[in-house]
Amino acid sequence: MRRVVVTGSGVVSALGVGHAAHIAGLREGRSGIGPIELINTDGLTIPIAAEAKGYDAADHFNRNELTLRDRVTQMALTAAAEAMTGAGLEITDALAGRTATIIGTSMGGQHTQDDNYKLIYREGKQRVHPFTVPKLMSNAPASWISMEHGLKGPAWSVSTACASSNHAIGQAFHLIRSGGADAAVTGGAESGLTFGVLKAWEGLRVMSKDTCRPFSKTRTGMVQGEGAAILVLEEYGHAKARGAHIIGEIIGFGMTADANDIVQPSLDGAARAMKAALADARLDGSEIAYINAHGTATAANDKTECAAIRQVFGAHADSLMVSSTKSMHGHCIGAAGALELVATLMALHDGVVAPTANYEEADPECDLDVVPNTARETAVPYALSNSFAFGGLNAVLVAKRFDA
Amino acid sequence: MSDDIRPQVRAIIAEQAMIDVDQVTQDSTLDALGLDSLGLVEIVFAIEEQFGVTVPYNANDPSSGEFDISSVKAVEDGVIRLVTEEA
Repeated sequence: MRRVVVTGSGVVSALGVGHAAHIAGLREGRSGIGPIELINTDGLTIPIAAEAKGYDAADHFNRNELTLRDRVTQMALTAAAEAMTGAGLEITDALAGRTATIIGTSMGGQHTQDDNYKLIYREGKQRVHPFTVPKLMSNAPASWISMEHGLKGPAWSVSTACASSNHAIGQAFHLIRSGGADAAVTGGAESGLTFGVLKAWEGLRVMSKDTCRPFSKTRTGMVQGEGAAILVLEEYGHAKARGAHIIGEIIGFGMTADANDIVQPSLDGAARAMKAALADARLDGSEIAYINAHGTATAANDKTECAAIRQVFGAHADSLMVSSTKSMHGHCIGAAGALELVATLMALHDGVVAPTANYEEADPECDLDVVPNTARETAVPYALSNSFAFGGLNAVLVAKRFDA
Repeated sequence: MSDDIRPQVRAIIAEQAMIDVDQVTQDSTLDALGLDSLGLVEIVFAIEEQFGVTVPYNANDPSSGEFDISSVKAVEDGVIRLVTEEA
């Protein structure tokens, strides 16, 4: 069977701009959560988020380019450029048609949508900018990445709320493994820190007013984030032939639907997704050392996810490290899985398991080793990365340390 | 004023629980009326809309004490307090 390896990674997150800044923040257990500065927060009940404050689009694009690219696309392009440079992948005429672009985003160009709604509904303007549609469409990040890098193979966007980028990466993995492509630029981007989106989240009453404390008994809910993580996936033989540095290997992908409730998580759906991912990897659960959890810090998710992990792993659950990096980069919705796969790859490649930051007090319903507050240096041969979306759509990736 | 508010709160709860308002007694718990956390969120929204108040309710921590939802009477009392504070 064709193997699929990761040869490039680029990140924009609240922890910093660039892969190195992101994983440095994860190692430090630094929380990127704070007051929102991107927009006027007057009227918001919950004015905090994990905003990518270090990201200034003007550093990366000229004025004309900015006119055509929503913030979500800007972040995706910046991360993609870093991933492609890092991978050193030369897109030849032959490779162009064999390279896929599969990008997750839950909500697409929300700043464009919010800004233009204000213009027409509040300010009574009769017209909006002619490129409003191409800016706000959810496939804009995928399209711009394909254009920027000349990627002419299969390209599409994936929207499954909080699981969007795990679904995107999983599909890229399966596409390469099955021979449908030799390389893929994949991952996710989200920039939903707009007044309208934040109001919608406030309405659900699941947002924390202080910070994100996954698995802690004192947890008070989720914190929105924004950012992008883009990875270059490549067929192993192709990467080896060109002497690429290999960050890690993707070996399994499982997806399920809860078929249960539009917002409440399901133990069964989450457990089946983890089992499906392990089966796809042909791996016994006892080989897994680390799980990057969905870990939103809502009451319902964290206890359900812990119970699902116990059901899947049995006694081995007590030997697992399980952390939620949302405590640091926030819940970046459509970018979440990709940012978390970067954390998972750090565990495999660098032997550093990112902690669950902001952790205060043990919860008997989350009685796993959640790597509280301090990163742990230890060898990780195999790891899982969980994403469980609103709507009951689950996507789990299995990654392996690359040992040639 | 509170005489007005209590039946309105009970009506909101009854509508969300999809039961007759007569079945909503002051000592009923919302749980016993078949309301889950989403039902509660919708009740909170309806209360905020009807009375023009902001209810301090977090679905992650419904028993945090900021807004008591342990019984129908507790919700009524909480709404009366919020409306009084607002006035």
